[in-house]
Amino acid sequence: MFQRDRLNSELSFFQKIQELDYTLLICIILLSIASLIVMYSTDGGEILYHTKSHFSKLVVFFPLMILIAFFNIRFWHTFAYIFYSLIIFLLIYVSFFGLKASGSQRWMDLYLFVLQPSELMKIAIILCLAKYYHRIKIENVNTLTSIMIVLTIILLPIILVISQPDLGTSVLIALSGLIILWLGGVKVKYFIYSLITFLISLPFIISFLKPYQKLRILTFLDPDRDPLGAGYQIIQSKIAIGSGGLDGKGFLKGTQSYLDFLPEKHTDFIFTLFSEEFGFIGSVGLLILYTIIIFRIIRIGALSRSNFSKLFCFGFAFSIFIYIVVNLSMVLGLLPIVGSPLPIMSYGGSSMLATMIGFGIVLCAKINHKQTIA
Amino acid sequence: MIKENSGIRKSDVINRRMFIIGAAKIVIFVGIVARLFSLQINENKKYLTLSDKNRIREWKLPPTRGNIVDYFGNLIAGNLKVYQLHIIPEQVENFNYLLLRLKTLLNLSDKKIQKIVKLKNKLKPWDSIIVSENLSWSQFLKVNNYLYDLVGVKPVMTISRNYPFNEMYTHVLGYVSEPNEEEILENEIVKERFVPGMKIGKLGLEKTLENQLIGINAIQRYEVNAYGKRINQLEHQKGLQGNKIRLTVDTEVQKLSAQLLLDKAGSISVMDIFTGDIIAMYSSPSYDPNLFLFGISHDEWQLIRNNPLKPLINKTLSGLYSPGSTIKPIVALSALENNIINSTFKVKCTGKTELYGQTFHCWKEKGHGYVSLKNAMKQSCDTYFYEVARLLGVDRLKTTAKKFGLGEKVLGQYFDNEKKGLFPNTDWKKNNLGKGWVLGETLITGIGQGYTQTTPLQLCLMTAQIANGGYKIKPKIIVNNNPLSLEDAKTSMELQSLQTPHTKLFNDQKNIKIVQEAMFSSTNEQYGTSYKSRIDDPKYQFAGKTGTAQVKRISMRERELDLKLEQIPYKDRDHALYVAYGPYKNPRYALSIIVEHGGSGSKAAAPMAKELFKLIIDRHDLRDKQTNFENINI
Repeated sequence: MFQRDRLNSELSFFQKIQELDYTLLICIILLSIASLIVMYSTDGGEILYHTKSHFSKLVVFFPLMILIAFFNIRFWHTFAYIFYSLIIFLLIYVSFFGLKASGSQRWMDLYLFVLQPSELMKIAIILCLAKYYHRIKIENVNTLTSIMIVLTIILLPIILVISQPDLGTSVLIALSGLIILWLGGVKVKYFIYSLITFLISLPFIISFLKPYQKLRILTFLDPDRDPLGAGYQIIQSKIAIGSGGLDGKGFLKGTQSYLDFLPEKHTDFIFTLFSEEFGFIGSVGLLILYTIIIFRIIRIGALSRSNFSKLFCFGFAFSIFIYIVVNLSMVLGLLPIVGSPLPIMSYGGSSMLATMIGFGIVLCAKINHKQTIA
Repeated sequence: MIKENSGIRKSDVINRRMFIIGAAKIVIFVGIVARLFSLQINENKKYLTLSDKNRIREWKLPPTRGNIVDYFGNLIAGNLKVYQLHIIPEQVENFNYLLLRLKTLLNLSDKKIQKIVKLKNKLKPWDSIIVSENLSWSQFLKVNNYLYDLVGVKPVMTISRNYPFNEMYTHVLGYVSEPNEEEILENEIVKERFVPGMKIGKLGLEKTLENQLIGINAIQRYEVNAYGKRINQLEHQKGLQGNKIRLTVDTEVQKLSAQLLLDKAGSISVMDIFTGDIIAMYSSPSYDPNLFLFGISHDEWQLIRNNPLKPLINKTLSGLYSPGSTIKPIVALSALENNIINSTFKVKCTGKTELYGQTFHCWKEKGHGYVSLKNAMKQSCDTYFYEVARLLGVDRLKTTAKKFGLGEKVLGQYFDNEKKGLFPNTDWKKNNLGKGWVLGETLITGIGQGYTQTTPLQLCLMTAQIANGGYKIKPKIIVNNNPLSLEDAKTSMELQSLQTPHTKLFNDQKNIKIVQEAMFSSTNEQYGTSYKSRIDDPKYQFAGKTGTAQVKRISMRERELDLKLEQIPYKDRDHALYVAYGPYKNPRYALSIIVEHGGSGSKAAAPMAKELFKLIIDRHDLRDKQTNFENINI
């Protein structure tokens, strides 16, 4: 056993390349190409700022992902708490010195690009909790101390992110964290209790929401109440998607998009544009691509011997799934508008960085799937 | 070992719980696909429409009004190209600067500027504001030169109503002008087709035929972006010009009428006695309808409004006059029809007649001596008709008058300003004035004074129906391009051949003949009141009856003074009337002339008939040829 451990830990570079999950890689590359095509369309059929920027980010982050994959998984296990602490620090830093834009303060200027630490927290929290549940004895999972510790780990970033304010990202962080709790074996009744508590305190929470957040929820419930104001985005988004039909309006022919009816078409509403131009077939195709990615990640998790890898892969797969579901539900008018990007497709460096780091660690887990972690 | 065990157990937990989530994921993804399906496949049409509604904006252009032509195809209401200046607010960068530039460029008044600002606040940003509706060519060039500096300004070439004969047809056609809110709302078609700058008929045929003339808007479709900026022009939907309307009128006759009534207040109507076609219908003075197209100026309006000859009143249809002696043919006919008199019945005229202590004067102070019907008509003896009226009674007279169209609208459906006039009887007085009829009133009704009020067109119709042998005709001013219904056509043929009676207005056609002969003698025999205006050439020879309607009671003093026309104040002078038909041998046209305060009918009105008949009859052959025309291309 010891022998095998050592053998595995000393995979050669060539072996590592062999061990990469090529299905996942190809899917990621396809997704990247799709994202570039859509970005090209948002630029009105020209290679302008968004396309160039998105492309350069891909060029930087894709190798970064491979680089991450080539580390030993133990390194990421060791690094997990440090990474989490670093992001917490950045969140605190941002809350004091961050860049302000449209009423919230969530960015920091790194000269080359603007970083949004809360996006990285989506990964950091999975990493951190995966390590925690990897190390804790199963008997101790449901002790009060343990529960208090994980709740602190989850609540700390959430409080920081909510105060930015950024409800969407904090919800996603919370969900990412909670899924690890679930996977880690926290008793079902705790989830049920907290859900009941949440529902009971919901009116109380709503009263604490900012007016624009309340408006979003009201608008979600009835988009037609202010079609040119708060309901505008969601109505236009539904029109764009609905008018796409079976095979779409055609590449670069999405009228809703190029005539500027779509809001935030580069970022949160990128799917709308894609769906308008490529229709139901294209949209389902994209969903299938995402599904393959998710199942590939789950498969890697299932293959992994270490619980850390398992927890991370499952957690990350779930996060990706949640991002997609929240984003699509939003543009399809099934959920209120919460700022949530579509992984890889949406324009935005931090989100892409976080996703690529996630993919990198997943690939790393694949390469090191026989590895155990003490 | 324990650690190992617990590790295995932990991974079991992880795997089991992962499986639960995996199942949930599939359900949720299926849900999303279902939602996509419902939006993109089931409701695709709805959203496609919404998307088109988003991106396509339509600009309706004002429709082109249909042309109106006279009987011979001469254009009497058409359309002209005009140069306009529009502002499209959404394209303007600096509105105040633009207004300042335009103000200096076009010499706009402060009031106009205020109006533009008001409009701007009222209209949607993509609706164009019309700054100037009718730019001169030089102004248009000037604007085009400075266009680079006038962002948001659009020089537009458009079409506008035009009346080539100016004031000639105003009372027939009316005019067009911008509608007010009420006018837009009350007409569905106008409401639907309205665009700023569109004009609708305000009066006359332009108003009553609005729905036929209005035309259909051309529509320009543009693709616009979310901010309303035009990106592409899409297909252009052509509009349709409104229907062409052909009138029965003859511009030459209309012109002559206008010329004859120049500087006078009055009216001339000419009618085809078989078809009821109105050949001319002119009310004098008139005014230029072109003035109203782009908003009439205050001064011009005051000039028209304050003209003592009242150009705004359509005297032909809305002017109410005592018919005076022009009623006498009807009185005679009524008496003959009711067997009160016959052609040999004689009355002695001593210049006046007394009834219950009241004196009724004949216009001829010395009297006419013993007069028969023919002579009484010829010399327009009042005493004779006092006596006939007394014998006849007003009620029987009214029955005949009504048959011939007095007290009824002639063209009511086409002119909402037409008046009915009034022919009194005993019931009418009781119901409306609450007093019993007095015999004296019958007497003055017999010479066309008193309560009787007629429009010139009614008198023309009355004359036409006497001239055609006593048949009812339906006057019309519009030629039906769709041929008349077979029955109508037959009727008109029957009337011309006179073989079978149509709606006859008489009991015995001999009576009509007697009246016709009497009217003939009035014009063509010596001592006839209009003898001086006669034409001997049988081709043009006409028969008529003069009338002189008092506008106020003549006092004894005035009777003694026997003032000349010029010595009487204009307001107090009698109205001169004349009704006639011709050619006598083979009648075809009837006319009525009224000259307000023109003095006696024989001096002021009858000479005009001479001129008119010459022209009308000269143009008869031409008109006859035109009858069968189908399409006049303009």
